[in-house]
Amino acid sequence: MIEVSHGPIDTAALQQSLSNPAAGGYCAFEGWVRNENEGHEVHRLEYEAYEPLVISEGEKVLAEARERFPFLEARCVHRVGLLELGECAVWIGVASPHRDEAFKACRYIIDEIKVRLPIWKKEHYANGDSGWVNCERCAAHGIAD
Amino acid sequence: MKTITVCYFAIFREHAGVAEETLSVDAETAQDVFEFTRSRHGSTEPNGHCKVAINDHMADWDTPVNDGDTVLLFPPVAGG
Repeated sequence: MIEVSHGPIDTAALQQSLSNPAAGGYCAFEGWVRNENEGHEVHRLEYEAYEPLVISEGEKVLAEARERFPFLEARCVHRVGLLELGECAVWIGVASPHRDEAFKACRYIIDEIKVRLPIWKKEHYANGDSGWVNCERCAAHGIAD
Repeated sequence: MKTITVCYFAIFREHAGVAEETLSVDAETAQDVFEFTRSRHGSTEPNGHCKVAINDHMADWDTPVNDGDTVLLFPPVAGG
């Protein structure tokens, strides 16, 4: 299940929602807002998403992960709007019978989400400037990974 | 000519100054629509890392467009 959240992500409640008596392993990934990117001091981030396709593409990613690394439960929540330093921007949790599937599925899901889902990140810098990640600066540098 | 509704996101929306607009375009593919909007709004973003969707389904740049379609232009994504 994948969701877009317009407010803070309640990671404790999400973890609880994955509880399953058959689960012997649980792995979560949290992406946090950090204060620096490529030498620029970042004050806050702004995420934008096109929700209908975040949901449909995100469900495909989760189905692929389940096929590769069979797990019991997985959830993903991505935040949108203005986020302050330290806030959780994305949360992924996977519960599985053994740890290996949980680790690998969690990694697969975050890696695919970052390159496939229509979500954009605008950095607001200490000097008052702002820029869309992977757009302006990366285009100028000839990179976009 | 086809009537196409184009939706812009993130930096594309800022370049276009609107979130969406309906255009008459001489276009066969999603690529043609992108080229048309790029020259219309002066964007220089290459499409190599951009994505496109048609009527809420992910598409390829050579996917044909039809009269009445909604084309969603996605600049390079950066989730996570």
